[in-house]
Amino acid sequence: METIDKTDKMDRVFQRPEALTKATTHYCPGCGHGVAHRLIAEVLDELGIREQTVGVAPVGCSVLMYNYMNIDMLEAAHGRAPAVATGFKRARPDLTVFCYQGDGDLAAIGMGETIAAAARGEKICVIFVNNATYGMTGGQMAPTTLVGQKTSTSAQGRMSERCGFPIKVAEMLSVLDGPQYIARVSVSSAKYIARAKQAIKKAFEVQQLDLGYSLVEVLSPCPTDWHMTPQQAVNWLEENMLPYYPLGEFKVQGV
Amino acid sequence: MSEEKKKERRARIAIDEHFCKGCGLCVDACPQHIIEISSQVTSSGYYPAACPDPQSKCTGCTLCARVCPDVAIEVFVKQKTNHGERE
Amino acid sequence: MEKLFMTGNEAIAEAAIRSGCLYYFGYPITPQNEIPEYMSTRLPELGGAFLQAESEIAAIYMVYGAAGAGMRVMSSSSSPGISLKQEGLSYIAAAELPCVIVNMMRGGPGLGGIQPSQSDYFQATKGGGHGDYHLFVLAPSTVQEAVSLTGDAFDIADKYRTPVMILGDGIIGQMMEPVEFEQRPRSKEYDKSWALSGAKGRPRNVIKTLYLDPQKLEQHNLKLQDKYQKMKEDVRIEHYLCDDAEIVIAAYGTVARIAKTAVQILRDKGIKVGLLRPITLYPFPYDHFQEIAERIRKVLVVEMSLGQMVEDVKLAVNGKAEVAFYGRTGGIVPSYEEIAAELEKQLF
Repeated sequence: METIDKTDKMDRVFQRPEALTKATTHYCPGCGHGVAHRLIAEVLDELGIREQTVGVAPVGCSVLMYNYMNIDMLEAAHGRAPAVATGFKRARPDLTVFCYQGDGDLAAIGMGETIAAAARGEKICVIFVNNATYGMTGGQMAPTTLVGQKTSTSAQGRMSERCGFPIKVAEMLSVLDGPQYIARVSVSSAKYIARAKQAIKKAFEVQQLDLGYSLVEVLSPCPTDWHMTPQQAVNWLEENMLPYYPLGEFKVQGV
Repeated sequence: MSEEKKKERRARIAIDEHFCKGCGLCVDACPQHIIEISSQVTSSGYYPAACPDPQSKCTGCTLCARVCPDVAIEVFVKQKTNHGERE
Repeated sequence: MEKLFMTGNEAIAEAAIRSGCLYYFGYPITPQNEIPEYMSTRLPELGGAFLQAESEIAAIYMVYGAAGAGMRVMSSSSSPGISLKQEGLSYIAAAELPCVIVNMMRGGPGLGGIQPSQSDYFQATKGGGHGDYHLFVLAPSTVQEAVSLTGDAFDIADKYRTPVMILGDGIIGQMMEPVEFEQRPRSKEYDKSWALSGAKGRPRNVIKTLYLDPQKLEQHNLKLQDKYQKMKEDVRIEHYLCDDAEIVIAAYGTVARIAKTAVQILRDKGIKVGLLRPITLYPFPYDHFQEIAERIRKVLVVEMSLGQMVEDVKLAVNGKAEVAFYGRTGGIVPSYEEIAAELEKQLF
């Protein structure tokens, strides 16, 4: 890192949050996970809860999240993060607990745990990164893959007559009584990233107020598996994902 | 960069090549169009972003840092004077 | 000491609570429902947590989570439910988290039936899920023994940082017997510095099972294997009238109890028969079988399965004595007359 020139008399106005480690990530160039990680870290720092927080990592590209977050973390099996978080939170209700999950993890193999934890109003935060594909395994069709989107297991594009329709997780969970805060955000541009951080902060505040379950769905680019440049990927996200997955708060109670 | 230029500088960014993967999202995010992709490859094999900013156009808006997926950018802004204005 | 008349399931639940287990996660399945029912009332009173999970799978991962917090935690189920928990047990073993799981076995395969069975021996002792791992497996044959083994199970889990299974069946679980709850000495404090509590004033703790580097994964497996070797110091077996025996019955759990009556009947007839009852099924008491094989003619293994533990007995005996097998399955419990008659056949 460039050293600060003392004669510069400049204030550092943007820096790496304390809740991130100094490790370089294994994520591909332009991947949205890095932004999502940073936003969580910034929120933990701002709320002053880095040392009272336990995260649950999923299976998928972000399985190694515990190498990047400077907090205590558990690694869950595929889809089981909400159950692991539930067990931990019930044992240590004094700590803040969050799950970080991708679309395959949360909305395919782990949908049972997702809905049950939400319906129970489990006092956990779920950060759900939706990039409409299975990133880690090489870009297979995900439960959130758009109709017509080409993946390695839907080479002609997802056909709704064969594969059904993508799941709108935020909308679906917001009809339950358990969740207290449900929002969908995007990390495709600086404007959306600023809003994403506000939503993530609210999600953690819901838990700090002991209100119940919160989930933030984060639309995120996967340039590698979408076979695009990072710039093309954020554009594709905004042109194709935003119309199907509208951004906004779907449920807000108490914050 | 010359001492003269440095005096004019309101803000600057520091890009850590250790983290930068050259995705270029900061290049697109910068409203001053002063970030470019370097032709010097890093030890990780990426062409990193660079911000030479010879005309001191950086305003310290932090948009580059906010879109950076690798938290590779730090932003510095000149301290305010007693009059509450930037020098 | 006060004697209480309880079902095995309730007694196990109470014993767990007295061993400091304040967290229980489970899913209803016959014949073990008295455990979650008992826990659902008692644990909230004690400031712990009971949660009826949405699935067997979720329940075992809730155990993973609470164990990761360093708490004494348990789950219970029966055969089909335990099958669903196998993934989680593999993760728990890999992450070296202590916990206690009760399997009140019922007849299988598939949905099978709800009557007592011992057909999950392989699953319990050989790993069950994916990877090179084992559970520590305890097999009580009376309600009183279930009580004492439950307390031991939590200590063993903490001692080795490993999942421990109590392997019973519907008879152990639902039979009522008078039981005493000894005042167990407060178990020694086990190191829980690995547990997650928020990274305050220390480097962060991570509980994980992913080792992408094959060198590191091999090291991790070797470390687990060392632990399994070390567990041999906690092997337990009951020798009943074995000193002068010419033939012994080998049986565990419910069947061992019935076999004991058969041994008494046969002894009354002047037949020199004894009973070897493994209490730990993993680690299996190979040495005890090896030793006794030198001085007996035959071992008759009796199980409520079509022959699972018999494979370990054959390995242990290693040809030094003849090994015969008698089993009933599908939920049929052999009578002592049946076992005695089978042994008399084996005399010739």
